[in-house]
Amino acid sequence: MADPVNGNARRAKSVDIYAPQWRNFLFVAPYLVIFAAFLVFPLFWGIWLSFHKADTFSSGPFVGFGNYVRLFRDGIFLQSIWNTFYFVFLTVPALALIGLFLALSLNRQTRSAAVLRTLFFSSSVLSVTIVTLIWRIVYIPDFGLLAMIYGFFGAKAPAFLSNPDLAMIGIAIATVWWCIGLPMMLFLSALQQIPQDIYEAAALDNANRWQTLRSITLPSIKRTFVLVIIIQIVLQFQLFGQPWLMTRGGPNNLTKPIVLYIYDTAFRRWDLGLGAAASEILFLLILVAAMAQYLVTRRKADA
Amino acid sequence: MASHNSEIIGRSFGDRVIFGLVIVLALLMAGPVLYVIAMSLKDNKELMVDPHSVFHLPYTIKNYIDTVGTSNVFSWVFNSIIVAGGLTIFTLILSSLAGYGFARLNFPGRDVLFVIVLLGLAVPEQAVLIARHQIFSWLGLHNTYPGLILPGLSSAFGVFLMTQYFRAIPKELDEAAILDNASRFRVFWKVLLPLTVPAQATLGIFTFLGAWNDYFWPLISATKKEMFTLTVGIASTQQNFAQSQGIGFLMAQAVFAGAPILIIYLFFQKHIVTAVSGAAVR
Repeated sequence: MADPVNGNARRAKSVDIYAPQWRNFLFVAPYLVIFAAFLVFPLFWGIWLSFHKADTFSSGPFVGFGNYVRLFRDGIFLQSIWNTFYFVFLTVPALALIGLFLALSLNRQTRSAAVLRTLFFSSSVLSVTIVTLIWRIVYIPDFGLLAMIYGFFGAKAPAFLSNPDLAMIGIAIATVWWCIGLPMMLFLSALQQIPQDIYEAAALDNANRWQTLRSITLPSIKRTFVLVIIIQIVLQFQLFGQPWLMTRGGPNNLTKPIVLYIYDTAFRRWDLGLGAAASEILFLLILVAAMAQYLVTRRKADA
Repeated sequence: MASHNSEIIGRSFGDRVIFGLVIVLALLMAGPVLYVIAMSLKDNKELMVDPHSVFHLPYTIKNYIDTVGTSNVFSWVFNSIIVAGGLTIFTLILSSLAGYGFARLNFPGRDVLFVIVLLGLAVPEQAVLIARHQIFSWLGLHNTYPGLILPGLSSAFGVFLMTQYFRAIPKELDEAAILDNASRFRVFWKVLLPLTVPAQATLGIFTFLGAWNDYFWPLISATKKEMFTLTVGIASTQQNFAQSQGIGFLMAQAVFAGAPILIIYLFFQKHIVTAVSGAAVR
């Protein structure tokens, strides 16, 4: 570095190293090929399909908005949209509120709190197949855990999966059980980011626990609350495995969500055009929620 | 420990109500799993005669012996290991290379391409599923391992995560190496990659867990029994619930399938929680 000539050469070079070069593209090329082939192309191909009559291998004639018109004249599709919103309405508030309650109660350094956190997150690592197997055994008449508990009190358990009024609620309960870990953990990490000195100041002012909760804790995690709600809306909107494995969408299509409608249409009736149209509608709905998430997280980063 | 416990048990009435509620929720979490385990330990015939026998002796491990002996569960586990393992390894490779490329190197069109990749994050699987299925039919890739692995590799999340991570590493580190005339790949491989191990762990765990538990794509792509992954295989046995080999046997299969991932969770809990919640917020 002492040699001034050499030092100048280095500086000149360091301007160079960030100059655009085609061969640098090689680092991103492998991913971009896969990205283009299996995400970008299918995305546009799916839109193209939704305007055509198509089956597994070939695509038939252009039908314009025909598939979309058929979709909105199909009572089962409209039912599936309603079912999806109903399911989101059942699960998302429950997940947010129970998750918040658990986070507030278990946000401490004790061993028992750590064990309980482990327990409440553990169901999240299971696959939908195992979760539905567990909950079918809970709900099944005669053998089920619920039948046993009701039987203990001399009562008959409600038929959660076959009663039209209860089937979606039964699926929602299983889903809350499965998904409660993530909202709890998101709230816990938000709680841990609240500076401790605010609480110390509140303690000096003799604030009681409810006052602290209402005027410090809850306002500090407001944004996380919105984030949890949006994340869960996006996740729960994609409901598929639970009704497919627990009720097959029944009784009377009352537990058939949009994704199950897409699966049925495209992969059991092989009406790919109609299925593609339905998935574009789902895409639009999810995009709205995802954009809301983007706006909320960006605001969080700014703050 | 005693003083810690008194904290959670509490002195006030409010504390006790909260504690009681948490315990009730904990029982709701654990109850169904314990019930399934108890059922898996019962003789099928005894269970059919008297469902209440699940609560008392005798218990047997016969269902587990049958699971290991007769069911397809081993080949499904094998397929899941290949698919989830392969997807994880290739995701790490592709995401690290692309992350380094986007974060550190310059090439024509870089910023536009990166924005396009980021937009890919917003595309839900269902929006591309049907077209993907058709493409894989053309390529003849259904019921193959590449057919099960390739779609997951297109996820933009890994590239996003690794790019962020590479950007956070001080530039002086690799600038010095490049000025010493090391090649770009050498800098990537020797200098930067070792520093990204925490991000690799997060991404690896998240990818593996997601692939291991994925149900939708394997359901429509792997239609032959010998190509089933664990999720699809277990689901296929559920269909004939009561009449098949018996509830106890089915439950043993479920426990057998669920236990490994739960054990892994207990060991790597911190990493898994970080990975999953990090991916959710991204």
